[in-house]
Amino acid sequence: MDSLFTLFIQVVFVENLALSFFLGMCTFLAVSKKVDTAIGLGAAVIVVQALTVPINNMIFQYLLKPDALEWAGITGVNLEFLGLISYIGVIAALVQILEMTLDKFFPALYHALGIFLPLITVNCAILGGTLFVVRRDYDFVQSVVYGVGSGLGWALAIVMLAGLREKLKYSDVPDGLQGLGITFITVGLMSMAFMLFGGIQL
Amino acid sequence: MSVDKRIVLDPLVDTNPITLQMLGICSALAVTTSLAASLLMCLALTGVLVASSASISLIRKQIPTNIRIIVQMTIIASLVIVVDQLLRAYAFDLSKRLSVFVGLIITNCIVMGRAEAYAMKNPVIPSMLDGLGNGLGYSLVLIVVAVIREFFGTGGLLGYQLLPKVTEGGWYYPNGLMMLAPSAFFIIGLMIWAFRTWKPAQVEKPEYRISHVHRTELS
Repeated sequence: MDSLFTLFIQVVFVENLALSFFLGMCTFLAVSKKVDTAIGLGAAVIVVQALTVPINNMIFQYLLKPDALEWAGITGVNLEFLGLISYIGVIAALVQILEMTLDKFFPALYHALGIFLPLITVNCAILGGTLFVVRRDYDFVQSVVYGVGSGLGWALAIVMLAGLREKLKYSDVPDGLQGLGITFITVGLMSMAFMLFGGIQL
Repeated sequence: MSVDKRIVLDPLVDTNPITLQMLGICSALAVTTSLAASLLMCLALTGVLVASSASISLIRKQIPTNIRIIVQMTIIASLVIVVDQLLRAYAFDLSKRLSVFVGLIITNCIVMGRAEAYAMKNPVIPSMLDGLGNGLGYSLVLIVVAVIREFFGTGGLLGYQLLPKVTEGGWYYPNGLMMLAPSAFFIIGLMIWAFRTWKPAQVEKPEYRISHVHRTELS
């Protein structure tokens, strides 16, 4: 239990997907102009991440890992090379299903998140989270904690950046730095602040 | 010929995928701590981009529009698997260093972005050239950032020591910040500033302007 809590704190703050691994940068920079939309996208990422990471990890553990098919009586098979295409397939399918379910049962939520869901398929934070978990050989409970934590960390980062950018638009920025340039510098400073968490011993 | 040349050369500076189109930033930041890893990443990405643009443009008339994303995804994922396996076979150490970022070429927005924006609408040869041009534009930014980070972070390039380090009796203190995440953001931010000062057409319009009040207007 203790180690799970440590893992959670670690993925939210120390190994923040956006600020220390640069994952999901494209959407991170493009959709962070307003706090409201950032919260919407952040929530969508948390949900998708919490679902896809454990599912993909299970696929790896029970189907793709070397000798993983032993439970079916097949030995000596290594399907690891099919990893990438299965993970992205799961992510794309899951996002599609989520979109349809939300549309049918929670129309209000669908309208709030709707436009962001298709964007999530190509968000590298999702695929990146899966690849990290698979590489580190986590078990099921750990992968759930990692999925929720990494989604939360990403959401936290984008909401904070959106808050900063809302204020930043009133400031007098040099012409060439306007827009994308100053955003990069801001994110750099944020990432520096997040590095402070690196020294925390749990 | 001149049209083809423009397709290749435009993305280098005028419509650079990273600094202007805001595509493919994730990997640009993550692998640039060493020049060797960046070069390999550029090669892998340009290869995937050229091949995916060509094959998507080849079947662009057969792809039904509402499932096009999945079709594109499958093509790109298959190409990336090929590249990943090749790297593991011939450059194992470096592919270990790139870790998950080879796999992340799948979700690299440059590949999807160019497939959607260009390859779906244009014939094979221009699509290939467009892929090549954007791959080179990406490589240009990546290599510049990697040279700056590795040179100042370790005092050497590609493993060769150029500046004698203090720990080895020289005078150069390696700048640890260059090896860490924030420096990549700063370098790309400053690069965008430089590009846009050189090409003012790329400057974004500010949403608000602070109005300058002349002294005589104050009572």
